[in-house]
Amino acid sequence: MHDAVLRIAGLRTQFRTRQGTVDAVSDVSFDVRRGETVALVGESGSGKSVTALSVLQLLESTGSIADGSIVFDGRELVGLSEKEMRDVRGREISMIFQDPSTCLDPVFTIEDQLVEALTIHGTARSDARGRALELLRMVRMPDPETRLNAYPHELSGGQRQRAMIATALALDPQLIIADEPTTALDVTVQAQILDLIRTLQAETGAAVLFVTHDLGVVAEIADRVVVMYAGRVVEQGSVFQVLKDPRNPYTAALLASMPGAVAGTGQRLTPIEGVVPSLLDMPSGCRFAPRCPHAWDRCHEADPPLAAFDLNRESRCWLEVDGAVDGVGTAEVVG
Amino acid sequence: MTTVAEQPDAGPTGGTVDGPVLEVEHLTKHFPIRTGLLQRTVGHVRAVDDVSFHIDRGETLALVGESGCGKTTTGRVVLRLIDPTSGTVRFDGQDLAEVDADELRGLRQRMQIIFQDPYSSLDPRMSTADIVGEGLAIHGMASGQAQLDRVTDLLEKVGLSARDLRKFPHQFSGGQRQRIGVARALATNPELIICDEAVSALDVSVQAQVLNLLKDLQTELGISYLFITHDLNVVRYIADRVAVMYLGQIVELAETEQLFTDPRHPYTRSLLSSVPIIDPELARATVRTPLEGDVPSPSSPPSGCRFHNRCPQAVERCRHYAPVLVDLNDGRQARECPEYRPEPFGLTAQSYRESELLNQGTEAGE
Repeated sequence: MHDAVLRIAGLRTQFRTRQGTVDAVSDVSFDVRRGETVALVGESGSGKSVTALSVLQLLESTGSIADGSIVFDGRELVGLSEKEMRDVRGREISMIFQDPSTCLDPVFTIEDQLVEALTIHGTARSDARGRALELLRMVRMPDPETRLNAYPHELSGGQRQRAMIATALALDPQLIIADEPTTALDVTVQAQILDLIRTLQAETGAAVLFVTHDLGVVAEIADRVVVMYAGRVVEQGSVFQVLKDPRNPYTAALLASMPGAVAGTGQRLTPIEGVVPSLLDMPSGCRFAPRCPHAWDRCHEADPPLAAFDLNRESRCWLEVDGAVDGVGTAEVVG
Repeated sequence: MTTVAEQPDAGPTGGTVDGPVLEVEHLTKHFPIRTGLLQRTVGHVRAVDDVSFHIDRGETLALVGESGCGKTTTGRVVLRLIDPTSGTVRFDGQDLAEVDADELRGLRQRMQIIFQDPYSSLDPRMSTADIVGEGLAIHGMASGQAQLDRVTDLLEKVGLSARDLRKFPHQFSGGQRQRIGVARALATNPELIICDEAVSALDVSVQAQVLNLLKDLQTELGISYLFITHDLNVVRYIADRVAVMYLGQIVELAETEQLFTDPRHPYTRSLLSSVPIIDPELARATVRTPLEGDVPSPSSPPSGCRFHNRCPQAVERCRHYAPVLVDLNDGRQARECPEYRPEPFGLTAQSYRESELLNQGTEAGE
């Protein structure tokens, strides 16, 4: 058994809507091991963000965890009170968001915010300023002494992202959940922030759960990959396995539709026909079957289980269960 | 088949001249910065500064760059959605500044735009038939049943159908809405379509559908595209030539494969080296030279070469000499850089190599 810092098993998160209760994610199971980066990847509506928010129980008021278990560092988080969860957030698991303005308060300086995060969780006020400066140095903030007294609007987009990462690191968490942290950034700034996250992880040994829609970012940052589609995990494995030799037809199709994978080869993109199904109207069998080039009768009749086919790889596909093929339409990946 | 005015059903109208469909020369757009009670002008955002390029018939030119580089403003000025501060835009040989309102309306029929956001660019209270047919009505190209037939043809062309005519935007997914945007742009048989981040808001699987659609329509109808985007992977897939912009200026303009395989300007190199590589082995084996800092504000661009404060190759002279765009004798244009053109900087190849680099080991550009 490997050493998991986070173990999600059979997670089902529901949302109440006017049309009734829907499962935004169901049957989601995966681990994050100590010190590793796991990318949770999928298109819009795949449930990747809901899964991440479920871990910290930061769901909107209409959402709730209906089933399953989330064990962090040996402790069950599902069922904890709000007060107990508040202690887990920040101190043990912290979060980085896509938009720093959702995290940084515009009326307080960067120092105020870092000091607040530190003192709430027990750092002496006298030590907090020194620690705040140390954190800004850790995130390679240019001219950190001056930036300590700056308000968020006085910083550039990349600097705000660095400040938010500093608050996330303040209490030396074991796990950092990063929800699309580079999606709103320019590509040169994205490269800086990815570089920073990699460096900080090596320095602090924290595990990272990195939520993204961008397979290029996944290739750059992840050790392991969990691919989600329509509220389910469809494939997981090491980044090399999943991106170089995808087993699930959805992962293969996603790669074949990416301009970054075929551009410059003269190959034509292979789009996935159709659209992601609505949560209110999920197909009865495999959720990808209506768009899958490999689907046959069985796929439309019954939902395939997530099948492990070696120690570290899983795929949700009847092809896997039946052992009919090895590898489906492996995408040619070109740099 | 119904008659749609006197336009042929497929293929661009007009096009009597064999020259480029679009010529942009020394285009400049400065926005005033106003402040205080009296709204005094305290400065200018130099959004577009002396930009020149052309687009041939049936060609796709991509305009790429980071936020604030002026790519979107360039697109808007080309369509005369905003007026330029100076410079000329010639469409099919005609100077847009010299035509009157009627002629401009006539030219607008031949150039269209597809916007980024398929949610805000379609009027939620208009049916698909009205959205796609509006251009036909405005330009008096078709009405009544003829208009409806033409709209149906267009919807089929973009992968929708007659069943969608009476639907409203909220009944479609993001990808389908973007198809409606494409159909609307095609309605008036344009020769040029400006695609402003047209696929950026779409999920990759759907983005591929729309990219292939745009390519197919180009093959079929001979349309030219000005493709404005920040996504270099998309550029490599769709563009024939690429203009890279930084702080309102073009820094390099080359054929797509030439630019991607052999970028010359240091900014182009930095930009390309920042793009995530989808192959995890290659990604780990690649040595990157990430740029420090963010893009400076276009209201106060750096002196000399605008890239000097972030450039890994910059030397002292780059602070003072403002480089111009020159032909590099291999079919491409690039802004002068002492790396390959030391003379204008008052340097020789030898003295440039011996100069101290400006941004060595510093947090530049902050």
